[in-house]
Amino acid sequence: MNAQLKPTGFPLPSSLRVIPGTERAQAAYPYHIQFSPEDDSRFWFYNSMHFPEPMSAFDMVTAEAAYCALGSANTRVHCLPTTLGIDHRIINGRVYIGGNAVTDPAEIARRTEEFQKRAFYYYANWERLYAQWREKMLKLIQDSQALPKVELPEFEPLANVHAGKGVASNQALLDTYQKTLEGYFRMWHHHFEFLLLGYGAYLTFFGFCKKAFPEITDQTIARMVAGIEAEIFRPDDELRRLARRAVELGVDSKFQDGVSPDDIIKSLEKAGEPGREWLRELAVSRDPWFNINVGDGFYHYHRAWNDDLSMPFAGLPEYMRKVRAGESLDREVSRLQDERKQLIEDYRELLSTDEERAAYDQMITLAHRVFPYVEGHKFYCEHWYTNLFFNKIREFGGLLSQNGFFPDAEDVFQLTHYELKNAIIDMMTAWSNGSAPRGPQHWPKIVAERKAAIAVWAKQDTPPALGPVPDVIDDPAIVMLWGITRESLNQWLSASGDVTSNEVKGFAASSGVVEGPARVVRSVEEISRLQKGDVLVCQVTNPTWAPIFQKIVAAVSDIGGSMSHAAIVAREYGLPAVVGTGNATSRIKDGQRIRVDGGRGIVTILQ
Amino acid sequence: MPSTDIVGWFADIGLHDRPHVGGKGGSLGELQRAGIAVPPGFVVKTGAFERFVQALEREAPVRAPVQALDPDDLDAVTACCKEMRARIEATALPADVLNEISAAHAELCKGVQAIPVAVRSSATTEDAVDASFAGLQDTFLWVTSLEDALKRVRTCWASLYSVESVTYRRKRGMPEEGVAMAVVVQKMVNARTAGVMFTRSPLTGDRSVITVEGAWGLGSAVVGGEVTPDRWVIGKITGEIPVREISEKLHQHLPAVGGGIDHVEVPEDQRRTPCMSDAELQALRAIGRKVEKHYGRAQDIEWAVERGTNEILLLQSRPETVWSSKDAAPVARPASDPLSHVMSIFGGQR
Repeated sequence: MNAQLKPTGFPLPSSLRVIPGTERAQAAYPYHIQFSPEDDSRFWFYNSMHFPEPMSAFDMVTAEAAYCALGSANTRVHCLPTTLGIDHRIINGRVYIGGNAVTDPAEIARRTEEFQKRAFYYYANWERLYAQWREKMLKLIQDSQALPKVELPEFEPLANVHAGKGVASNQALLDTYQKTLEGYFRMWHHHFEFLLLGYGAYLTFFGFCKKAFPEITDQTIARMVAGIEAEIFRPDDELRRLARRAVELGVDSKFQDGVSPDDIIKSLEKAGEPGREWLRELAVSRDPWFNINVGDGFYHYHRAWNDDLSMPFAGLPEYMRKVRAGESLDREVSRLQDERKQLIEDYRELLSTDEERAAYDQMITLAHRVFPYVEGHKFYCEHWYTNLFFNKIREFGGLLSQNGFFPDAEDVFQLTHYELKNAIIDMMTAWSNGSAPRGPQHWPKIVAERKAAIAVWAKQDTPPALGPVPDVIDDPAIVMLWGITRESLNQWLSASGDVTSNEVKGFAASSGVVEGPARVVRSVEEISRLQKGDVLVCQVTNPTWAPIFQKIVAAVSDIGGSMSHAAIVAREYGLPAVVGTGNATSRIKDGQRIRVDGGRGIVTILQ
Repeated sequence: MPSTDIVGWFADIGLHDRPHVGGKGGSLGELQRAGIAVPPGFVVKTGAFERFVQALEREAPVRAPVQALDPDDLDAVTACCKEMRARIEATALPADVLNEISAAHAELCKGVQAIPVAVRSSATTEDAVDASFAGLQDTFLWVTSLEDALKRVRTCWASLYSVESVTYRRKRGMPEEGVAMAVVVQKMVNARTAGVMFTRSPLTGDRSVITVEGAWGLGSAVVGGEVTPDRWVIGKITGEIPVREISEKLHQHLPAVGGGIDHVEVPEDQRRTPCMSDAELQALRAIGRKVEKHYGRAQDIEWAVERGTNEILLLQSRPETVWSSKDAAPVARPASDPLSHVMSIFGGQR
């Protein structure tokens, strides 16, 4: 029964073929994440939310580290009663995942007992543990920043010799690499230390609201809980500050659309003391607030504002125009807080009994306590830390490319982290012996082959799910993190035959109806194409894109849920947004006129 | 002219006057007093009916023969009802009743000849079944002359002596002495758009949303189910509009020249156009919240947007009954350990 394909089911993993010509690139992924025949008996889904693009060999480390950490938190640390960890497989560069539910009632009972000793302790001591978490994360970040520069001197520095150090620089290279990798794996453990518990408390309140108010929208519940003061808003706040400062200093005329950040900075350097003053202010904002990615931070090419100023600078001229026009740029935090308070109070009043109100109070109190973590961890983990990590790997890429291992420093990301260690040891050995490294003969062909494979994979359609459809999806981790339910699977199954419709459906993220020309933006480099009045259509929306939200009239994304930060930013800007459409960037053509109904989650292609 | 025990202006009456103005009349008065716009009008109170019945009784007995009927003797009931209705429709109104209704009608028309009014029965009993016999069926729209209005008032009164109504009273042994009927006379709204609004979801009973249904023209097309209306679900508190179902509205009811209603096709280009703007929906939401707050419970409301002025007027509001009677177990109870709520997510107890 398990291996049988239901007429309306998803393809079996074994029916998926590695694209001809990419077999060797596929073989680069380790054996334990390749599909095997036994996998046909299980349900898998494509994790397009976190990994919307084919994974290069190195970037696979994110899936590996994240699932290792998620699983240990669920299975061993907090002992979630009904779920263990999440298995992952990679084929054609795409990450499929499958949950491990616990269904035996006796085992659930045993785990429930453990869970209450562990998770309840976390809930009861949340504020203290979260404060401690921040300290731990900052320490981890400091450790990463303190790692030595990746370099090999011709001779060991004299100081090391006189100090009797005894361990040569090539060993430091390996140490640095291993610490870099170790730090990344640790970071993911911290990432999941509170996450499921946080989502669980939020979903408890969410579930109550859905029962008490069956027609309440997800976004209204989100508005009752979402923080207004979260760290994730800081980068955009800093931009507003910088825009104001530029106007005050009279250097705002240097910021023109179409001028590169480098040229702007050069002209500011020449603009005397006011220009230098503004650059000092910029430096203050950059550390740490520009350590924010233009994506989710899961891919090496999700660069930070700090590494590519074109994103933050794209938002500055419009902010400056507003300052000059006397408009307030301040996020009205107190107004937003008052609104949230009123919303909670108004819904509370609608409940029918005091008993229900007391339960509501208990649940929203817990949701509010846990939510700062749910929102706050992203800046430290997915943004700040992943930037440090990928940039450190880039340093190794620089050293290896200088030594002929591959043409470009970025090519380092075509090696798995296991292979990279191998290449580093090759380099160490060559340095030791004064001979040539073997890598330059070995890697260039492989790197070229893998880059070509990713280009091929990127064009392939990816089935949203594989294997037999389970009757129920009761795995809280899957429901919480991916929003996958039996109903959404049914929708996926029916959507496959529905490609001629002129409607694209997604999550209703921010209500309102608006029409405008679609601007399909596939990468950060294309951001500058956005004109005032455009509808942004992109793969992943991200709060770091906030500066451009002032230009657009609506946002549509392939990936994201109603609690995504993008949805929150859209609501703050009062823009309609439809997220998690799955395929808006492929269905909608650049320049097409579209209607975005953010209240219903529907995008209509009008021409 | 001031209100009397024959005629009562909406501004002077409220729900507590139900015994004299009926449910519909009391509700309209109540709405106007709460600051909600309703089409102007007055109620021909039970005092008028009583005077008229007294006049009838002086000619020949009315209440006694009805009281004596055997509800199972359908022939006798039918014959008696027929006679009573004929007498009600043929007998002249007492002078004071005639004068006061005429004066009130003239004041409502503000001197304009043939202003269209609606004449609707307004039952004094709370009984839903009785109300459905005596009330709902007796609504006369687009009545354009005083003569017609007076005739319709009599028709409303006569409806008390329908076979169904009389049988119903007799089966329950209700005394004929207390039987009375009030009649609402109200300026007609030439509606651009009209429909209904529920301050509680008719689908799920959700108290946090307002459901609005509406179509082009007079509300009779929506209430009578002759057109599939546009439908919106509006967040009562947030004002967001997560559901917008714009249907193809093929027909509409429009006031006919010389009274009555024309059933006409909606012009092609308007059929798929929403019949309410977002601003109007928000105004309607504010009105719904106000009415609900005033009554302290969920309401079913009939509304219209007046052609030309685009003013929103309420035609009727009555308490929601379906879900109110279903409310039972609480969604959740407070827990001695607030943390235990999370087991609804983690414990596999969904």
